[in-house]
Amino acid sequence: MVKRPANVVVLGATKGMGRALARRMAERGDRLFLLGRELDELRRSASDLQSRSTVHHDVGVAVCDLERLETFDAALDQAEAALGSLDVVVVTAGQFATQDRLEQDPELAHRLLTVNFANTVTFCERARRRLLARGGGTLCVFSSVAGERGRKRVVLYGAAKAGLSGYLEGLDHRYRAEGLVTVCVKPGFVTTSMTEGLPRPPFAGHPDAVAKRVLAAIDRGKSVVYAPPMWALVMFIIRLLPRFVMRRLDF
Amino acid sequence: MSTAQRQEFESVLSGWGRVPVVQGAELRSEDLARLTEDLPLTRGLGRAYGDAALPAPSDRLVAGTTLADRILSFDPETAVLTAEAGLSLDELCRVFLPRGFFTPVSPGTRFVTLGGMVACDVHGKNHHREGTLGSHVLSLTIRTGTGDVVRCSAKEHDDLFRATIGGMGLTGAILDVTLRLVRVPSTSILEECERVHDIDQSLDALKSASARWPMTAGWIDCLASGRHLGRGVVFRGRWAEPHEVPPSPRSQPRNLTVPFDIPGWVLTEPAVRVFNALIYWRYRARHPSAIVHPYTFLYPLDAVAHWTRLYGSRGFTQYQCVLPDSSGREAVARFLTVLTRRGGASFLTVIKDCGAEGIGLLSFPRPGISIAVDLPMRRHNTQSLVDALNEVVIAEGGRVYLAKDALTRPEHFRAMEPRLDAFLAVRRKWDPERRIRSAQSVRLFGW
Repeated sequence: MVKRPANVVVLGATKGMGRALARRMAERGDRLFLLGRELDELRRSASDLQSRSTVHHDVGVAVCDLERLETFDAALDQAEAALGSLDVVVVTAGQFATQDRLEQDPELAHRLLTVNFANTVTFCERARRRLLARGGGTLCVFSSVAGERGRKRVVLYGAAKAGLSGYLEGLDHRYRAEGLVTVCVKPGFVTTSMTEGLPRPPFAGHPDAVAKRVLAAIDRGKSVVYAPPMWALVMFIIRLLPRFVMRRLDF
Repeated sequence: MSTAQRQEFESVLSGWGRVPVVQGAELRSEDLARLTEDLPLTRGLGRAYGDAALPAPSDRLVAGTTLADRILSFDPETAVLTAEAGLSLDELCRVFLPRGFFTPVSPGTRFVTLGGMVACDVHGKNHHREGTLGSHVLSLTIRTGTGDVVRCSAKEHDDLFRATIGGMGLTGAILDVTLRLVRVPSTSILEECERVHDIDQSLDALKSASARWPMTAGWIDCLASGRHLGRGVVFRGRWAEPHEVPPSPRSQPRNLTVPFDIPGWVLTEPAVRVFNALIYWRYRARHPSAIVHPYTFLYPLDAVAHWTRLYGSRGFTQYQCVLPDSSGREAVARFLTVLTRRGGASFLTVIKDCGAEGIGLLSFPRPGISIAVDLPMRRHNTQSLVDALNEVVIAEGGRVYLAKDALTRPEHFRAMEPRLDAFLAVRRKWDPERRIRSAQSVRLFGW
């Protein structure tokens, strides 16, 4: 259980599901600090959250780029200094590209694998140490249903997300007893700018509906959350499919 | 072909009236400034009825603003709000109404964006007092056709400012909007309804209501003919004082939905006649004065999701014009006579007395009576009906509302709009290469 109002650091609050989640947190009075790549975007989002907040507090920002490891500690230092202590760290940032594009552009593929797996895990490790040092907290990280099964359309993206989900599960097993709660969010298709232009499958989710579920999961300390919930069932079936079927499916 | 390209190729866009339908797609991003660098038009929530937010025939993509919806600043002392253009009025109400602030001017739906409200220079039930939205806008940030991002206000680049207010997005992409909200004493509205029996009574009731009430509008049954022509209901309202609001005020109206397209044969003239008569008689039983949720009073149609499906897959156009005071109330009767004689069966005919003209170069309202009617699409005669109505409007010295328009001919629009050349001159100045355009601008102005 998270104490309320909580002190929350969000990496990736300027867009999509991160934006929706941060808004819900601001509207119930949580205190926020935003990390992201572009200072100007961060400031605009901070103003937005401050205007929506029910309590008067300054939403601080610091540059933190998942492509640049050296930005991690400095950004988290600033967040801790501004908030006093951390209760929740949320990571929604990540990269996306279609399988076709990644196959055409090996450099992009390498960068995506590095950012979505190695660097995200590295950031989580820094956050984990800080949370454990103060006796625990919640680490909520956005992975994806793409990591559930090797699939034709998300071979590389899915592999990175599978690695991330594996890391988060391990973390949960190892540290929950010490007070560190890990929430692994597995969104299915959600209509954000990340998925703009892709064909929309059935059960496409809305960022705010995802945010509502994620917030409930953070409050209850639920370790895995699918959003929209229908994807839990979809992925349950997909996991059961034998490989010869998966080879034939264009999914 | 990549997936994105394929989808763009196959997809189509239309306005709220569902006609016309054009090939095209909306591209959305949180970063509206970057998105609009090389797109010819922005589109908000797509509530313009006709082709105002559709790409021109030579274009495919439009920039969707709805993800650019951040509040950039709000000062409760001055009530001045700055927000990105994609912020919806629905969200603005949700955030600010509980704090006692509201939009100074509200159109008939809350599913519009701030950028769209500025581009259409929307008016509402309080037009006779507060004017259009434009008179409450303090400044705008615009990406012009040259690619520059320009801040404008009544003091700074006022030509661009005035052309953008009511300029249908044709002066560039509106990125941020600064406007002054109004303080409201409660979150409920005190509403009164009065049944009226003919057009003279309707106009009289509207006029006397507007002399005393901040918000007024009338609904008329345009199928009642002869001495009943123009019978209907006049609504008047004001924000309730805190002591008038019961301890548990009325909640937001429940959401209904029209789950599928209603076949065209349902919506025949007899059906509309019955519908209109039912509404008319219903108001006899209704309590003349009530405390209601603001959404009930301001956005009755928002309670019915997909209500445009009532008009079937063929869609409909809405026709809204303003007939100036100078041409007298007979003008309204003449207009309604032409409408009914040509079989323009309209579910909802709404009248509103307009106040002073706004500062926007193409702003729609002017002192007079505004009339809005729904015209279901019929194979041939919808265009000729619109032509006939436009000829009446031209003869009376009135004009039509571009946010609703899909069928007006360029020569008709020019005849209604002496301000057009001034508007086009500003457009030319800020967009010499003619990069900003919509299906509507190409239809009406050639670019």
